[in-house]
Amino acid sequence: MIAAVVSLTLLGIALGWVLGLAARYLRVESNPLHEEIQQMLPGVNCGQCGYPGCNGAAEALADGKAAVTLCPPGGPTLVQALAAKLGVAADSAASNGPPLLAHVNEATCIGCAHCGKRCPTDAIIGAPKQIHGVIQDACIGCGLCVEVCPTECLQLRPIASTLKTWHWPKPALSFGV
Amino acid sequence: MRDYLFILLGTALVNNVVLVRFLGLCPFMGVSNKVDSAVGMGLATTFVLTLAVSICWLLERYVLIPLDIQFLRILAFILVIAALVQFTEMFVRKASPALYQVLGIYLPLITTNCAVFGMALLNIQQPHSLLESLLFGFGSALGFTLVLVLFAGLRERLALASVPETFVGAPIGFIAAGLLALAFMGFVGLPTR
Repeated sequence: MIAAVVSLTLLGIALGWVLGLAARYLRVESNPLHEEIQQMLPGVNCGQCGYPGCNGAAEALADGKAAVTLCPPGGPTLVQALAAKLGVAADSAASNGPPLLAHVNEATCIGCAHCGKRCPTDAIIGAPKQIHGVIQDACIGCGLCVEVCPTECLQLRPIASTLKTWHWPKPALSFGV
Repeated sequence: MRDYLFILLGTALVNNVVLVRFLGLCPFMGVSNKVDSAVGMGLATTFVLTLAVSICWLLERYVLIPLDIQFLRILAFILVIAALVQFTEMFVRKASPALYQVLGIYLPLITTNCAVFGMALLNIQQPHSLLESLLFGFGSALGFTLVLVLFAGLRERLALASVPETFVGAPIGFIAAGLLALAFMGFVGLPTR
């Protein structure tokens, strides 16, 4: 018993020590910006930006090859944070409009369960052949479920106005757009 | 000397790790799209497999058996293999970033490549010395690399061939793998001892 515990502990310590040394001597100088940006991204790897996952997107952002508005799930807050981090002007036009969340229309939902499999944050609940629902707090509005819904019962809708989300309307032009 | 040659031949060709023992099929199908990445994967696995088999032999002989704790074998071996793969990943990332990009997720997945663990377990069941274990691991890794590169070459040609529509992609790959396994049955005639 004691021999087992001690030997396995020693083995773990020895291997950890070797790996620690290796990490020091084989360290690769990577762009620190890349890692910082990766921390800021949602990390759900939904692929809407066109890059293979948040890692690829962070790399493109760090190299200045992608716009700060590339991430729909991140929303306007992420755009502003990225713009501040990278020192570029946030193109507010691209991220205009209120954040959208998925919503299931119960009248047309057939319970096919396709949407739940696509959801990167497991925000859609409901067993097969049962009406599905969206957990609003978990939904990031990525729109992947809308693509697979065969009856178009899933829609992206603006967040309902509550005390927390209400804000002053934007100044509108008096002579139309 | 003769014995060593037989161990190499036996593990690389006669008892090929992929086509006869059916271990390590995930990278066999996953990384065999291009010959370049197949060679890289083969080299990385060769490194891990050879070292893993020898270190696991040392661990078994000098730690597990003297302390009579062979029931910890699986745990200890997995620990060694995982650390080795981690080390390999760091090394590849440092030495060849391009290869690191190509191998992608398959590099850390060597940890769960059952060929590595399977060979370490099969090795200690036989009365091998350290040098023989080293050759056993190296031979099976050679066989793995050989089959991986051969199969990658086949698939590169298959990508250009006009395949019936039903079999395009993975299905024709499986059929080719089956034919390759049949071809390797021919090595059974080689003497192994």
